[in-house]
Amino acid sequence: MWDYSDKVKDHFFQPRNAGVLKDANGVGEVGSISCGDALRLMLKVEPESGIILDAQFQTFGCGSAIASSSALTEIIKGKTLDEALLVSNQDIADYLDGLPPEKMHCSVMGREALQAAVANYRGEVWRDDHEEGALVCKCFAIDAVLIENTIRQNNLCTVQEVTNYTKAGGGCSSCHEGIEEILAEVMSERGETYKPGSLPKEAASPVGLSNLQRIRKIEAVLEAVRPQLRRDGGDIELMDVDGKTIYVNMTGACAGCQMEAMTLQGIQQKLMEELKEFIKIVPTKVSSLTRAMKG
Amino acid sequence: MNGIYFDNNATTRVDPAVVEAMLPYFTEQFGNPSSMHSFGNKVGLAIKKARMQVQELLGAEHDSEVVFTSCGTESDSTALLSALRAQPERREIITTTVEHPAILTLCTHLEKEGYKVHLLSVDEKGRLDLEAYKKLLTEQVAVVSVMWANNETGTYFPVVEMAELAHACGAMFHTDAVQIAGKVPLNLKDTQIDMLSLSGHKLHAPKGIGVLYLKRGTRFRPLLRGGHQERGRRAGTENTASIVGLGKAAELALASMAFENTEIARLRDKLETSILAKVPRSFVTGDPSNRLPNTSNIAFEFIEGEAILLLLNKFGIAASSGSACTSGSLEPSHVMRAMGVPYTAAHGTVRFSLSRYSTEAEVDRVIQVVPEIIQQLRKLSPYWDGAGPVTDPEKVFAPTYA
Ligand SMILES: Cc1ncc(COP(=O)(O)O)c(C=O)c1O
Repeated sequence: MWDYSDKVKDHFFQPRNAGVLKDANGVGEVGSISCGDALRLMLKVEPESGIILDAQFQTFGCGSAIASSSALTEIIKGKTLDEALLVSNQDIADYLDGLPPEKMHCSVMGREALQAAVANYRGEVWRDDHEEGALVCKCFAIDAVLIENTIRQNNLCTVQEVTNYTKAGGGCSSCHEGIEEILAEVMSERGETYKPGSLPKEAASPVGLSNLQRIRKIEAVLEAVRPQLRRDGGDIELMDVDGKTIYVNMTGACAGCQMEAMTLQGIQQKLMEELKEFIKIVPTKVSSLTRAMKG
Repeated sequence: MNGIYFDNNATTRVDPAVVEAMLPYFTEQFGNPSSMHSFGNKVGLAIKKARMQVQELLGAEHDSEVVFTSCGTESDSTALLSALRAQPERREIITTTVEHPAILTLCTHLEKEGYKVHLLSVDEKGRLDLEAYKKLLTEQVAVVSVMWANNETGTYFPVVEMAELAHACGAMFHTDAVQIAGKVPLNLKDTQIDMLSLSGHKLHAPKGIGVLYLKRGTRFRPLLRGGHQERGRRAGTENTASIVGLGKAAELALASMAFENTEIARLRDKLETSILAKVPRSFVTGDPSNRLPNTSNIAFEFIEGEAILLLLNKFGIAASSGSACTSGSLEPSHVMRAMGVPYTAAHGTVRFSLSRYSTEAEVDRVIQVVPEIIQQLRKLSPYWDGAGPVTDPEKVFAPTYA
């Protein structure tokens, strides 16, 4: 059973403004029979002022579709058309003290009916531009079509990126399998294969970070680990930055010691977190040479 | 709660006699049946008794063919995965478009892993085309899985005959009998069905207990490996109390089977014919001449099922619907779509499923309430005008589809 608010139940059991509005001069008919919702919104607009004098609806749909329709008519009555057009689907949901994520599309349908009815009154043709997909992320009510389009437009390739761009998957994480499936599909369209666990590609690195800024950030990370290295009688020095490869020089007790690899790995991880991009840290020849000689 | 519960295909109330049989296994008989001491000793015997009770319900030849699992879904998964693992050279599965998600979702997943899944379609009454089935049966098929009765419409499938055909080409045969077990006499020893799934909560036993019937000699690969429970075919310490409960429930189901098929079938028929007589533009889905005795699935055109359920609920009546909205999906029931029921009707389907506890007074009450509710919702529907669907071309509802 859905967790409907009392307000939703009230508007479902006692719908306001239901039925045909005889002298309507703006009518919007929208819906999606496959999703089981369709709505006819009828407006009576005062031509001089553009004020909505009356609004009624007929709805084929579930409890929340009927409640959303009822709420919509209550919200817009007395508003001018321009004011009414500012009503968002979230406003409809809020008026009803919220809707379950699976049912948010009912409020979207309400807003679309309003746009269609206003267009009809103004003698325009309203075209629906939003496509609805199966709900993937229940925590944030994000559907498959939105995820798919976002992946396509931004060349995304990890679940983390999808979460960053759409919020999908950022809650309970149960939908990660579903997101991975969409990723695999869209990525194969562009000739790539989805690799779970891979890090965001370069495209995802924050734009506008200049070379100087990057180097400063790298220096800051090295600075932060330096005291620890010094305690062990060693040090680290930045030698060069070549694209994604960062060359460092390990000196003193650190160079070639067994811990060098692990230390470098740790620093590499910190650098990636800081720069928000994939980088590789490489010890310069000097240190590798010492290591080779020792080994 | 004193409501009218007509949603027994979803789940059933645990019979009080079942509860009573179970209780000692939470308290004095809490032992592990595998233990050597006397705490576990009687428990092993109780499980054996339950196994025999289920054997009898299924008409199985041996009690060792009964494997207790945690639910119908586990039995379904175990059966299909076992058949594939036991015959790695066979890479195809045959099933139907109207199976429960316990089979369909698994098959979609297996398809991604490289198996070929053939989905048998159904006609407008939900019937399979056996000729099409025969054509799909090749040496490549590892397993055929066809439900014995559909959960939404109650329609039966000819699984006994289909199992013989499957064997003729060397394929294994599994049936999801979750809806039929306990409602209709079964006699598995006279069939060629290799594997069968049963779920306790559909026959007045608790939720979370199921059975996989495994005909002796069927090659098998367990899903859960571990201890030696269930002869190594399903590891994990037995859910003793529920197994005992299921045994009792099987015994009770067998005892009331005649009643289910006469009196309950009569009540179902009364409910159905009365509603159809009172409500215009409504019809029965599935195959009314060949279905479970307790199930009636009625489509009410031009209104939506969740809205019907919410209003029924207000009157204390519980049923379920194939509308998309009740499941939170975008599509109405895949079973209704498979039968080609149009969207305007598929969304308005309501399933009434009775049990041996259903009474004539309850049926009469539902017959009284349903027509009012349908009328009330149709008043809100843009497809409806007074006494029938809108026909005036000027007024016909033609929404812009999202
Ligand atoms: C036909 C069918 N198969 C399988 C199941 C799943 O059974 P369970 O809930 O015990 O996993 C059900 C019940 O929902 C069912 O109706």
